Amino acid sequence: MPQLDPAVFSPQLVWLAISFAILYLVMARSALPKIANILGERENRIADDLRVSEELKDQSKELEAKHDKAHAEAKAEANSILSAARTQMQAAIDAKRNKAEGKLSDEVHAAEAKIAEAKAEAMDDLEDMAVEACGAIVERLTGKSIGASGLRDAVKGEIRVAMGGKGA
Amino acid sequence: MASPLEHSPLAQFEVYQIIPLEFAGVDWSITNSGLWMLVIVALIWLFVSGGMSRAHIVPGRWQSMVEMVYEFISNMLHEAAGPEARRFFPFIFSLFMFILFANLLGMVPGTFTVTSHIIVTFGLAGFVFLGVTVLGVVNHGFGFLRLFVPSGVPIALLPLLVVIELISYLTRPISLSVRLFANMMAGHTMMKVIAGFVVPLGLIGGWAPLLFVVALTGLEMLIAVLQAYVFAMLSCIYLNDAYHIEH
Repeated sequence: MPQLDPAVFSPQLVWLAISFAILYLVMARSALPKIANILGERENRIADDLRVSEELKDQSKELEAKHDKAHAEAKAEANSILSAARTQMQAAIDAKRNKAEGKLSDEVHAAEAKIAEAKAEAMDDLEDMAVEACGAIVERLTGKSIGASGLRDAVKGEIRVAMGGKGA
Repeated sequence: MASPLEHSPLAQFEVYQIIPLEFAGVDWSITNSGLWMLVIVALIWLFVSGGMSRAHIVPGRWQSMVEMVYEFISNMLHEAAGPEARRFFPFIFSLFMFILFANLLGMVPGTFTVTSHIIVTFGLAGFVFLGVTVLGVVNHGFGFLRLFVPSGVPIALLPLLVVIELISYLTRPISLSVRLFANMMAGHTMMKVIAGFVVPLGLIGGWAPLLFVVALTGLEMLIAVLQAYVFAMLSCIYLNDAYHIEH
């Protein structure tokens, strides 16, 4: 086996030491720090991006909450305006209606009073006519005239009985 | 080049001088082995710097591959040895990449597999072993010796267990280096032997021997990656001992 020839030992050991030393120095001084840098840079970049996204997420949440709050406030305000307008209008309507109803009932009262007055007047005229007619009928039948006041009372009593106490 | 090995399956492990050099009695000639080590280092540098030359936050394919290896080794070290061992990350990374590229490059026909030489794997394993031992003594002083005393064991058994622990600790560089060396050498030798049979056996068995060699090549690729992982993983576990002595 050529491997066991002591003559090949020393040159191989010497060149192993030289080449490995070169390799180690190049790797340790230049190549590996470069790789470490780029890996660290990437890690930082990812961490940064994650942090930024986290911040943006928080911001959007805040904005959403703000928006929700504003929305709720606007809704409440609109509701209060609406109900205020409703009560105001209701009040106005009620006032107008009361006024109109009052006026109408006044007119109705006045008309009723006029009707009652006219009715009473008509009754009086009717009584007068009845008394006169009765006087004339009695005079034609009996040939005697009756005292006007006695006749009036008798006719009035008859009318009252006929109307069931309702009239006059 | 020794001629008796020319057509042997072991010829691929032959080391020959390209430029003979000597300094203070030490032979440091540039050999094919040494040259391939430099090629491995150059390829690793190309792979890593090529992937990171236009590094982006969002990585391309090549950059992803480099980052994947980086994170794989990083996680392995973190899980096996804890966060304190972080400063040895460049070493473990270099170790893994060196063995991985050596093993994979050895799969290319005509190349030399440096990890198929016991002296190379022993050099790496011995360095890990010495480094861990020195680090353990620096971190814990004499307390590092507690590593050889398992807790919760009857006193009567203790002498025996301390001896066993000591032997298992001292054989670590041997097991670590022989595992890698034997896997690489055996795999490459077997491939060469069986490949040599493709034509003679093909006359009888048709394409079957060739298919078998192709399948074996796939298996060797797997072993190449696996052994690099095992070596780096065990180095991490040994490193863990230097920080956390409790069993």
